[in-house]
Amino acid sequence: MSIPALEVEGLSYHYPDGTEVLRDASFHIHPGERVALLGPNGAGKTTLVFHLNGIFRPERGSVTVAGLPVEDANLMEIRRRVGIVFQDPDDQLFMPTVRQDVAFGPANYGLEGDELEERVTAALSAVGMLNVADRPPHHLSLGQRRRVAVATVLAMRPEIVVLDEPSSNLDPASRRELAAILTSLEITMLMVTHDLPYALELCPRALVMNEGSIIADGPTKEILSDRDLMKANRLELPMGFDPNLAS
Amino acid sequence: MAGTHTHALFVHGDSELHRLPASPKLGALGLFVLAVVLTPREAIGAFGVHAGLVLLGAWIAGLKPMFMARRLLIEIPFVLFAIFLPFVGGGERIEVVGLSLSIEGLWGGWNIVAKATLGLAASVVLTATTTVPDILSGLDRLRVPRLITSIAGFMVRYLDVIAGEMHRMRMAMLSRGHNPRWIWQLKAYTASAGALFIRSYERGERVYYAMTARGFTGRIPTFDEKARPADWARALSLPAIAWFAAGWGVVAG
Ligand SMILES: Nc1ncnc2c1ncn2[C@@H]1O[C@H](COP(=O)(O)OP(=O)(O)O)[C@@H](O)[C@H]1O
Ligand SMILES: [Mg+2]
Repeated sequence: MSIPALEVEGLSYHYPDGTEVLRDASFHIHPGERVALLGPNGAGKTTLVFHLNGIFRPERGSVTVAGLPVEDANLMEIRRRVGIVFQDPDDQLFMPTVRQDVAFGPANYGLEGDELEERVTAALSAVGMLNVADRPPHHLSLGQRRRVAVATVLAMRPEIVVLDEPSSNLDPASRRELAAILTSLEITMLMVTHDLPYALELCPRALVMNEGSIIADGPTKEILSDRDLMKANRLELPMGFDPNLAS
Repeated sequence: MAGTHTHALFVHGDSELHRLPASPKLGALGLFVLAVVLTPREAIGAFGVHAGLVLLGAWIAGLKPMFMARRLLIEIPFVLFAIFLPFVGGGERIEVVGLSLSIEGLWGGWNIVAKATLGLAASVVLTATTTVPDILSGLDRLRVPRLITSIAGFMVRYLDVIAGEMHRMRMAMLSRGHNPRWIWQLKAYTASAGALFIRSYERGERVYYAMTARGFTGRIPTFDEKARPADWARALSLPAIAWFAAGWGVVAG
């Protein structure tokens, strides 16, 4: 067996105000896998994401990225290895132009000149956004901004890309375009979502999270077909959607 | 709503001035304005030279006179009081078409209007040929503290986002029957200002997380091209002439 790209072991966390959000969450993801993390609102998915690159620290348990534990001494390397695409692209894109935003990550790791330029060009080409490189992010549509947000983490050449609700608020065309881009990237991926058809389309494997624990792990189609499991976790398929006919 | 303000001042073009890096342009603007300010008000000829330089800059940048005139309109409220100086000023007076005007006041008014107009016109040429991101990195190159340029950059970047949030909150209030027509109904606005502050604060926290997630350790990298000595030489040739004119004005006066 290869070293997992991401290993989460017995993770627990509560916010300073006492809300207990993660309870003994465990799972691992192997290189090259695309995994969906499903769960209702408030399940603790975003809180989990913040643990994956050390923005939050676990009270108990551990996170390991390609063999490297998330610890103070490794933070810079961990943050290069784990690329997080935040839910709201306006949080992620903070530089005056798209090009500068994509360059921000690699520049923090000392890249400059032609090498930096190549990284930026490659990342923007991978998401089909090279043509907006010199525009300010707030002039772009939400779909474009989300694609640029993906480019900002691709430019860091991460081991794993973590996306927090990538399809939220997108119109059907942008949603489909983003799916095509994400499947074209040959990269390990953890996709947090409650867009179940999207999970089925993009991720062969799914995890179900509720009340801070991982309570199911298996092929996405099987998970979505398990009516009792779905109902118990407030996961609902769109009307008339049959996971067995969809793919 | 989705704003256009970052490019609101910029005019697309491919002139010599557009291509010049921002830092020498900013340096030239600063030195030009200083020369204008130091020019004695009686040195009318020197003001003529300054005006000629601004027009030359506008011509190089391909800016039309009507465009310059429209941009200069914003100056009016700021120089209005200068118009009153000739009426209220003391000392010797002269009669102009039946009005008694103070000579000291006339000079004072002229001094303010001429200098403000020249300074603003020069700034118009700069902002029309330089994008806001370039101005910010240019200031950075001129060793303006990174904290200031970063704050200015975030302000430009998030003005729209926060204005959008404010707009949505207002719409939410209106659609729940709030109809602010009377001063005492402003209470709802002060409450929403509080909510807006919290939201902006939370936004700031999330942006900070997003920055650390990509390896931010307190220093924002800069990316613009570094200006060459030749760029500086070309940019500074204009204010150099202004300094000669101002110096000649001082000596002659
Ligand atoms: N900063 C915070 N302080 C206190 N509680 C929080 C904070 N952020 C989130 N929570 C709570 O933690 C729980 C999980 O939130 P989150 O991880 O955002 O869930 P999800 O992303 O699955 O919707 C929710 O009940 C939420 O109210
Ligand atoms: Mg969430």
